[in-house]
Amino acid sequence: MEMPKGVSLWEDASVRLRKNKLAMCGLVFLVVMVLLCLITPWIVPYGYEEQDLRLGASAPSAAHWLGTDIFGRDMLTRILYGGRVSLFVGFIATFVALIIGVTYGAIAGYAGGKVDSIMMRLVDIMYALPFMIFIVLLMVVFGRNLVLLFMAIGAVEWLTMARIVRGQVQNLKQQEFVEAAVSIGQSPFAIIWKHLIPNALGPVIVYTTLTIPNVMLLEAFLSFLGLGIQPPSSSWGLLISYGVESMEEYPWLLIFPGVALALTLFALNFLGDGLRDALDPKASRD
Amino acid sequence: MSKLLEVNDLSVHFHTRNGVVRAVDGVSFSVEAGKTTAIIGESGSGKSVACYSLLGLIPKPPGKIESGSAQFEGQDLLQLSENELRKIRGKGISIIFQDPMTSLNPFLKVGTQLIEPLQLHFGMSKQEAWERATEVLEEVGIQDAAKRMHSWPFEFSGGMRQRVVIAMALITEPQIIIADEPTTALDVTVQAQILKLLKDLQEKRDIGVVFISHDLSVVADIADEIVVMQQGKFVEKGSRDDIFQNAQHPYTKKLLEAVPTSQKAEVDNSKAELVQVEGLTTQFSGNGEIVKAVNDVSFAIQRNEILGLVGESGSGKSTLGRSILRLLRPHAGSVKFDDTEMTQLEGKALKDMRRRMQMIFQDPYASLNPRMTVYDTLAEPLLLHSIVDRKNLDQEIFKLMDSVGLARESILRYPHEFSGGQRQRIAIGRAIATKPEFIVADEPVSALDVTIQSQILDLLLELVSEFDLTMLFISHDLGVVRYLADRILVMHQGELVESGTTNQVMNFPQQSYTQRLLQAIPGKSLAVNS
Amino acid sequence: MWRFLTWRLLQAIPVILAVITITFFLVRAAPGGPFSTEKAVHPQVQAALEAQYRLDQPMIQQYLSYLGDLVQGDLGPSFNFPGRSVNELIFSGLPITAELGLYAMLVAVLIGGLAGVFAALKPNSLQDYVPMSLSMIGICMPSFLLGPLLVLIFGIWLDWLPISGWGNSPGDKVLPSITLGAMYAGYIARLSRSGMLEVLSADYLRTARAKGLPERVVIAKHALRGGLLPVITFLGPAFAGLLSGSFVVETVFQIPGLGRFYIQAAFNRDYTMILGTTTFLAALIVFFNLLSDVIAAWLNPRLRYQFKKAS
Repeated sequence: MEMPKGVSLWEDASVRLRKNKLAMCGLVFLVVMVLLCLITPWIVPYGYEEQDLRLGASAPSAAHWLGTDIFGRDMLTRILYGGRVSLFVGFIATFVALIIGVTYGAIAGYAGGKVDSIMMRLVDIMYALPFMIFIVLLMVVFGRNLVLLFMAIGAVEWLTMARIVRGQVQNLKQQEFVEAAVSIGQSPFAIIWKHLIPNALGPVIVYTTLTIPNVMLLEAFLSFLGLGIQPPSSSWGLLISYGVESMEEYPWLLIFPGVALALTLFALNFLGDGLRDALDPKASRD
Repeated sequence: MSKLLEVNDLSVHFHTRNGVVRAVDGVSFSVEAGKTTAIIGESGSGKSVACYSLLGLIPKPPGKIESGSAQFEGQDLLQLSENELRKIRGKGISIIFQDPMTSLNPFLKVGTQLIEPLQLHFGMSKQEAWERATEVLEEVGIQDAAKRMHSWPFEFSGGMRQRVVIAMALITEPQIIIADEPTTALDVTVQAQILKLLKDLQEKRDIGVVFISHDLSVVADIADEIVVMQQGKFVEKGSRDDIFQNAQHPYTKKLLEAVPTSQKAEVDNSKAELVQVEGLTTQFSGNGEIVKAVNDVSFAIQRNEILGLVGESGSGKSTLGRSILRLLRPHAGSVKFDDTEMTQLEGKALKDMRRRMQMIFQDPYASLNPRMTVYDTLAEPLLLHSIVDRKNLDQEIFKLMDSVGLARESILRYPHEFSGGQRQRIAIGRAIATKPEFIVADEPVSALDVTIQSQILDLLLELVSEFDLTMLFISHDLGVVRYLADRILVMHQGELVESGTTNQVMNFPQQSYTQRLLQAIPGKSLAVNS
Repeated sequence: MWRFLTWRLLQAIPVILAVITITFFLVRAAPGGPFSTEKAVHPQVQAALEAQYRLDQPMIQQYLSYLGDLVQGDLGPSFNFPGRSVNELIFSGLPITAELGLYAMLVAVLIGGLAGVFAALKPNSLQDYVPMSLSMIGICMPSFLLGPLLVLIFGIWLDWLPISGWGNSPGDKVLPSITLGAMYAGYIARLSRSGMLEVLSADYLRTARAKGLPERVVIAKHALRGGLLPVITFLGPAFAGLLSGSFVVETVFQIPGLGRFYIQAAFNRDYTMILGTTTFLAALIVFFNLLSDVIAAWLNPRLRYQFKKAS
């Protein structure tokens, strides 16, 4: 017997998301940007370190669409290679924050009581710590180490994730459908898996999307100050800081990497906002 | 008698992206001085929109007044500009809103909010207005009014807040008060007090009242004229006696029938006891205080009976129900189910007992997992307790859906695609899936519209006899309990104050609290009539 | 209220202690730090260090004596500027950073708050989209990009405003303040918009309108207080953000403030300076978090009442 299919909340949300033009633009931009950065080594005609000193810093031209830097290196190539690092840091550090935050928040929320209040008090205290200053300090003391950078950024960003997940779980735990699952004799594991996680997922997805731009901003900030990614590696933050040094004579060296970073952050934020509106139409935007 | 307000053929439409919603469609009513016109309808019937639109209090756009007139003091309210309307709002016509917990500004002192209309409409000085407001606050029965003027809204209880809201509506001595479900959010004894206060003040000042309500029994006590609405449309209008004694329209008849007025017939009560509760105490600790939500309660539930558990909010009746089912862990006492001690059970033994006892929850919007289809929801208990194997699962689910009156086609739908009543049917299906012997139903109809209520109540009665169920039926609504309970327990502040057969408790209450509770039941005039 | 204040102050102590401890031992763990004896250091500094930290004693003893000095407000000698103490250096930079932070905060609160309230009054109209798009630009445009771009446009191409310095030529405070404040203006605009939207749909606003109050009174007297509460709570974290943002802005505009000192100290590995500044900045941030919490509690009568009752 063929039965009419219902519309799940996920399908509902995806319909709403697809109607949101800004969010869809953001999504398309991101997909294109990520793909371009991934396949960069095979599509760009210039090497990342390939210098053409005769050329020097040249304005955009047919051969070099986004111009060249003072060593005659192709800017488009450098921006795409820089994007690889920036996006990589963004995704990995967010992933670290996601894993720590969700686990921590879910445990605190489900356990409740004393365990919860101790765990959340700890988060409160960590919230009050001036992490930015610590990260600068870490980078100074231990040198510019990419792994350390992930750990440091992840350590900052998981706090909010933990709070969100904990709030969700705590809220859901009091919902009557969870009580109903207990009353039919369902095991705690099945309750978490079938009833809590699918319902807590929405805000986690939204916040994850909004964490990525935060992380990328943090990385760019450190790289700009010379405390993040070190040459010969490159990232958008680092390219911007080079661009600033010679912006009077060669403004394209600042503007193009700046635009790349700003547009990516835009796209991520729009997508995040769109996801929030789609997954929870009642929640107001902030 | 002159009419204060005369509304004719009012239509209000909302122009949304998904088309035009005819919220109010050709409705007429009038109000006389000193009289009450009640507008009756279920949720979404447009009764509030009709009244708010008179004062320009609906959002425009998307709302638009399409046609009609509303004569008040020689002018048509619907033709007035925003500035002209503002001079009438709060001065000629005041509104009392439904939820006293949200209708006062939490960031301003009660006094500050009370004097606003006086300063605005009469240009009183702050001191004058303050003195006048203090008098009115006293008049609505707030003690120590001068001091309470300096309090914040949250320092008042729900009933006291509603008194403040009434004072605010009365303070400018308006000709008309629109009362939008002013007692729906309140306990029944508080409701009776507020209704009496409104009536007294109305008589004293000769005010015309438009009383919006979904509850026919409330309206029966206070209305002079009744207007019935359904989905924005005018259904029927008449004097109170007309409507209650010879309603013409089928919808009105359906509404009247849905009010549970009859009492269940007495049955012999010499059956075996299924549940025995002895000295049960459940407490919560918070803010360093220990609250005994259930305090040393003892009683028994007989096989195949429906035991009604009655109490006002905060009386501990839900906590008691959950403690029996071990959804909460009691702190002392014992619960024996079919001679098995429940309070100490763990693991497999507890799971097996859970199969035999189930719960139906109050809010059908919260009691179903929004990410699970009807199929998933009903399959979960069936598979968990191996009631059927996978091969026969579909058939068993269809059978369940048939018994609770759900269309088989909706098996793959999600909860948000159903109405409140249908959702409650799904929840009931889940509860009876394991073929339990005992069900705790916690206010299973209080979140539903009145016509839906009676359908669900009848469904429950049917299932009880079909599956030989024993039921603990928890409710704040004595009318509903009287309709289906064999015996009644009354709870007050965590303790059991009275118990007996339905007839004993309803007609010969022994305790003063029960007597007060019974007196507060609205619609006594209705019961006499029927 | 006093009880609330004391309670919050008590909560701040472990935080500050944690900051000091982590910083102290991090710096001690640094290879080639000030405390490693094999490193060539100016004799004057070496002498001061030994005197202050009793380098011959166990580490825990050194930590305690550092705490002891700290309680008396002494952050020790600078490592790179012989003869000058960290205290002197901090207090030479502090007034400038404080002024910059104040202006940036004004930019953020005034522009952001106005934009948010304005947008919330007519949601999903041009009056909403324009300020909200601008706020998104503010959020996505990091200060290290916005600053140079503003310099390029207004300082170099248009030549309207000076491109560096602080208080040396008229108008040189404009660009740094805007650069630092822009991102927080963006956040505050979004916060105040959503806060106002929530309040605007609240039942008590309908009550206010039903009294016949004119719309501007409804907004100003009944809506703003509740709607802007989230902004107040955000000011604490915003302050912390402004401080770290000032590292960049002071570097871009060559402003001799605290942030620039800190970055210089970081590059010169002036460990005592880092240690002292970190402690100082952390204390400042904790203090401002506390302040914004207290203000938020004060504006919320319910919280105020609870603490009054409890004490």
